[in-house]
Amino acid sequence: MSEELRGVVVCHGTLASALVQAAEQISGMNGVLLPVSNTGCDRDVLEERVLAAVAGRPAVVFVDLASGSCLFAVLKRLRAEQSVKVVTGVNLAMLVDFVFHRSLPPAEAATRAAAAGEKSIGIP
Amino acid sequence: MSIVLCRVDDRLLHGQVVIGWGRPLGIDLIILVDDQVAASDWEQELYRMAVSPDIEVRFVTVADAAGEMADWQANGKRGLILTGDLETMAALRTASPDVVQRINLGGIHHRPGRRERLPFLYLTDQELRTLLALEAGGAVITAQDLPTTPAVALRALG
Repeated sequence: MSEELRGVVVCHGTLASALVQAAEQISGMNGVLLPVSNTGCDRDVLEERVLAAVAGRPAVVFVDLASGSCLFAVLKRLRAEQSVKVVTGVNLAMLVDFVFHRSLPPAEAATRAAAAGEKSIGIP
Repeated sequence: MSIVLCRVDDRLLHGQVVIGWGRPLGIDLIILVDDQVAASDWEQELYRMAVSPDIEVRFVTVADAAGEMADWQANGKRGLILTGDLETMAALRTASPDVVQRINLGGIHHRPGRRERLPFLYLTDQELRTLLALEAGGAVITAQDLPTTPAVALRALG
């Protein structure tokens, strides 16, 4: 059986840790999502934080905005990695879906998570 | 119009620059002076994604920037010059002191040897001396991450 995916959440300020905490609270799955913040660091340090969180393992990296320092740090060091896929516009619904589907291949898990996130957006 | 802001920010082109400063200042030209980004198509594409289509973005090397400063000052656009480090901004100041009259320290983050001066500004003592020398030469240098926060004078950072 292949290694289960790691989820890394990279956001501005304290958003990543709040999202991870909320996802754990809902799913009961602890320790499978790792938060990374861009607070207090330059581009190089942020890239190192992302790399340390991924730790060379197959992963899906969730980023808050579809541009900016967080996405830049992720793509600069990981865009060539076939075992790492990136999803932008992270929300709680996609994280909750992801933690239950970590045995999928990275691309499939990323596509599924993005779809779950999109589906959760609406005007009830 | 002309160059209305010269900013040092080690995160380069991000929300604080584009939205925080760009909107209130009515910026319609951003010039990112960085040798590495100027040589990388994919990095340029990524940075462009952070900017609305009505704002022109140019990516230039330090050497090319020095030769174009006068044109940016006179081309009728409201321009923002952005560098990722103090050395580049100092070089631009040396090349065109009439364009780089005021320098905004917007984000220089922690690295070994640097000390916190403000939450968004870390400087070594040598970097501070370099800035004080620029100010002694006529530049006006303040630290300010966003236009809604107070500007802090360079001499208050020691």
